[in-house]
Amino acid sequence: MRKKWWKVLAVVLVGLTLIAGFLAPVPELPILNETIRNVYYHVPMWFTMISLYLISVIYSIKYLKNGNHKDDILAVEAVNTGVLFCALGLVTGMLWANITWGEPWPNDPKLNGSAIATLMYLAYLVLRNALEEEQKKAKISAVYNIFAFPIMIVMLYILPKMTDSLHPGSGGNSTFGDLDMDNNMRPVFYTAVIGWIMIGIWLCSLRYRLRILNDRKNSMS
Amino acid sequence: MNLYKQIRALIYKDITLEWRSKYAINSIILYIVSTVFVCYQSFNAVKPEVWNALFWIILLFASINAMSKSFLSESSEKQLYYYTIASPKAIILAKIIYNSLLMLLLTFIAFTIYSLMFQNPVGNLGLYSISILLGSISFATVFTMVAGISAKADGNNTLMAILSFPIIIPLLMVLIKLSLGAIQEMNSSASLKDILLLIFINLITITISLLLFPYLWRD
Repeated sequence: MRKKWWKVLAVVLVGLTLIAGFLAPVPELPILNETIRNVYYHVPMWFTMISLYLISVIYSIKYLKNGNHKDDILAVEAVNTGVLFCALGLVTGMLWANITWGEPWPNDPKLNGSAIATLMYLAYLVLRNALEEEQKKAKISAVYNIFAFPIMIVMLYILPKMTDSLHPGSGGNSTFGDLDMDNNMRPVFYTAVIGWIMIGIWLCSLRYRLRILNDRKNSMS
Repeated sequence: MNLYKQIRALIYKDITLEWRSKYAINSIILYIVSTVFVCYQSFNAVKPEVWNALFWIILLFASINAMSKSFLSESSEKQLYYYTIASPKAIILAKIIYNSLLMLLLTFIAFTIYSLMFQNPVGNLGLYSISILLGSISFATVFTMVAGISAKADGNNTLMAILSFPIIIPLLMVLIKLSLGAIQEMNSSASLKDILLLIFINLITITISLLLFPYLWRD
């Protein structure tokens, strides 16, 4: 993961979508108008967050299997980075909602689900701080992480689809897949998603390496 | 001993212990009665939506109080003894089943007291009973596992709330929707979907608990 090329690629991809996101043609739709461009910035945040949380769960499972301390550190740093992207996703979503729906936080299943998912991962971080002993901390938080993940998936992706929701993609509303996104938007959107996921993984790996170095320094002194 | 026998013995042990002291049951019943009474005193008559929400909130806090003790009531030496004679899977399953039974009893009592004091607006009592049944089992499955986690962190009660609320809130939202449907006698297809979803989430929770608990108990 220390190779340079994919980091350069990530920056180029995100840079391209930043430009194309503002300049490329978009379909003119009622209410949405130009705000449809937010799909380039808002949706990739959540994709990145989910990818990071998925990485975290995978490494938590790995940790429970072999007890390697580094797996635990990676799991935490993935959550730490994921929370950052979650915050960005909430902010970009609220900016958009303020214009299209008239208020930043309407009472909506998708939004409440995302808020609760955020609470869940904040609880994970609190749990880590509540425990003193290193190994105990790693094991118990790994257990909670794995316990919480499938419930978060149900909450963010299954519940809103079943109930009435304002949010695109749930409650019978059209998603970015069919109606409101034409073929001009698709390439930009997918590039943005891939670029941001790579940036997320890069951030996470940086944090992970920093943490490892810190640990090494602390154990030596 | 096979798994089934172990589970039966453990549940029997839990019930006997509880029956001897009657501490958990009595304190929770007192808790429920006093909260219902306070609500009654302050509201007198309420709309069906509020009636429903209040009932679930009372149940939520009663169950969190009842469940948080489920791993703490026994000393760590005793726990160690159980772990040497029974498999961790049997222990968590027995706890989940015992807690479900306890929750069923508590919700039954709570519902009776609640409907006695407030006027009961439920239209479809059968569906409401199903939602209560599913609710108590869901509370039991989620809180048992979280109680196991927070017991490892020296039984921090705040931690129990922090860890379990994000997990229980979505369940609670489905439950409130389902039971509101029972009050207003909505069409049954939407309710059936909710019931299936609740069973599905419960199955997931129990499976994950079974998979994870063996890692949790070993210190």
